[in-house]
Amino acid sequence: MTETTGSTGTQALVDRHRLADVPLASPSAHQGLLEVFRRRYVLRLLVKREVQGRYEGSFLGFLWSYINPLSQFFIYWFFMGKILGASHGFENYPVHMFAGLIIVHFFTETFGAGTRSLVGNKGLIAKMSVPREMFPVATMLVSLWHVAPQILILIGVGIMEGWQPDMVGMMCAVVAVLIAMILGTALALLFSTANVFFRDFGSFVGIINNYVRFAVPMLYPFSLVRDNLPTWVTHLYLCDPVAIACLLFQRAFWVGTTADPTRSAAETLPDHLGLWTLGNLIAAVLILVVAQRVFQKFENKVPERL
Amino acid sequence: MVTSIKVENATKVFTKRYHKTFKQMTVAKLRGNKISDTFNAVDDVTFEIQQGESVGLMGLNGSGKSTLLKLINGTMRPDMGSVLTRGRIAGLIATGAGFHPQLTGRENVYLNAAILGMTERETARKFDEIVDFADIGDFLDTPVGTYSSGMYSRLGFAVAVHVDSDIFLADEVLAVGDKPFKKKCMQKMQEVRDSGVTLVYVSHAAGSVAKMCERVIVLEKGKLGFDGPALDGIRYVKYDDELSPEDRGSSSAAASMSVTDSELGAEI
Repeated sequence: MTETTGSTGTQALVDRHRLADVPLASPSAHQGLLEVFRRRYVLRLLVKREVQGRYEGSFLGFLWSYINPLSQFFIYWFFMGKILGASHGFENYPVHMFAGLIIVHFFTETFGAGTRSLVGNKGLIAKMSVPREMFPVATMLVSLWHVAPQILILIGVGIMEGWQPDMVGMMCAVVAVLIAMILGTALALLFSTANVFFRDFGSFVGIINNYVRFAVPMLYPFSLVRDNLPTWVTHLYLCDPVAIACLLFQRAFWVGTTADPTRSAAETLPDHLGLWTLGNLIAAVLILVVAQRVFQKFENKVPERL
Repeated sequence: MVTSIKVENATKVFTKRYHKTFKQMTVAKLRGNKISDTFNAVDDVTFEIQQGESVGLMGLNGSGKSTLLKLINGTMRPDMGSVLTRGRIAGLIATGAGFHPQLTGRENVYLNAAILGMTERETARKFDEIVDFADIGDFLDTPVGTYSSGMYSRLGFAVAVHVDSDIFLADEVLAVGDKPFKKKCMQKMQEVRDSGVTLVYVSHAAGSVAKMCERVIVLEKGKLGFDGPALDGIRYVKYDDELSPEDRGSSSAAASMSVTDSELGAEI
């Protein structure tokens, strides 16, 4: 062994690998989500890759981040608003709907793409020691990246409708994004591992996402739920972080475009929105903690099942 | 002396699944057939490797060599027992690097190096060296999914070997490269070994194991079959007929630095 030779050359090499004061440690990552943020450089590369890769080989490229939400906006606006008549007698229905659409779309994207993220990164996961939470988190950040252009469009439309921004509203927007981030990541963590064991879960998430789109006040105002359903159902309806995020986004971007913001907030949004928000935010965090625990329990089996 | 890798009673259980769909499983259940079986890919293995040692890991296909390496590099965790390491680990597992098929070679170099623990600046500094070593020309900017298996492993080896690591794992790295590249790899690995890096070298080629390693660990169906001097290990797996007379003579790999073509011939 080199240590025993004692010559100056090898001594330098031995010094280079002087590891006596480095503790023996487990080579696998086991700090969960914390580890992901400790290794931000890897995370940044993964996010960059996804952002670049999403519209790879397409002629319009990044424009698709605008085209997709715009087309969805058009479909809902025309078929739901005009033909089904959701917009009759409702002020600025397109803005109300688009605000909800953005945050719900962010959540469903995070959930759907996050669920596929482990299977999609097989090559890396099977051979490299990388915290596997990295992949659902990266897909969440990629979806977040695509929210920005949509908010720009929303603000543009809002300004045309005479939008008045306010501090509380902006805070609502931030909290809404936060809730969608936390819950989206939590569910992506849970379902991405499940998807490794049975690919059925990928399809299942598609179904859940379809329900999510209708179980939130996006296509219709919350007031319809409150006025037509028993109170306990309304309360149950509000025990949904995505619904709350949707309402917060409407508070942020739609209320300010109406003729009488105070009145439209009171009429269309639920009472005690702040309390509901707090409760759902706490719930989302708790779900994330549980999801992380479950993920850690099963992720050890992931490389062999991929 | 400093312990570099400490494996204590490590066991990794794999599940063999005979049926995939709900229908198949139901039918199997009704007939009383087994749906799944478990086996120990690595079975109660214990050993210690000191810093700077170079160890050959030998055994037949399916004996658990790659799984053991995955436990050491942290891709997998043992179900029982423990695996502890010291310092930064680099290397190749199961003949290839963990590359993303849709990314270009260049992007994969950065991503791979980042996962192995290198910073952006460190990678940028070593980038030219890596590319020179891999020598894959214009393919650097095409997705690695389009690479030939040779190019794929060249780039993988080039990244791994240029990481400033304390433990280097080499799993059948030379299985797909051509002769000149094999020679280059052997030289580079000897350099890495002589710089005091702990080396774990998986190979079926007795000649190169005798050259590279002073100690051999043999796995048999996941169990530790042999742990001792390289030549005795090679004899244990009955690969010693491949050895040239000079290999038999040399007591340890450190004795010989040069790699001749005839030694590489035994590689395949």
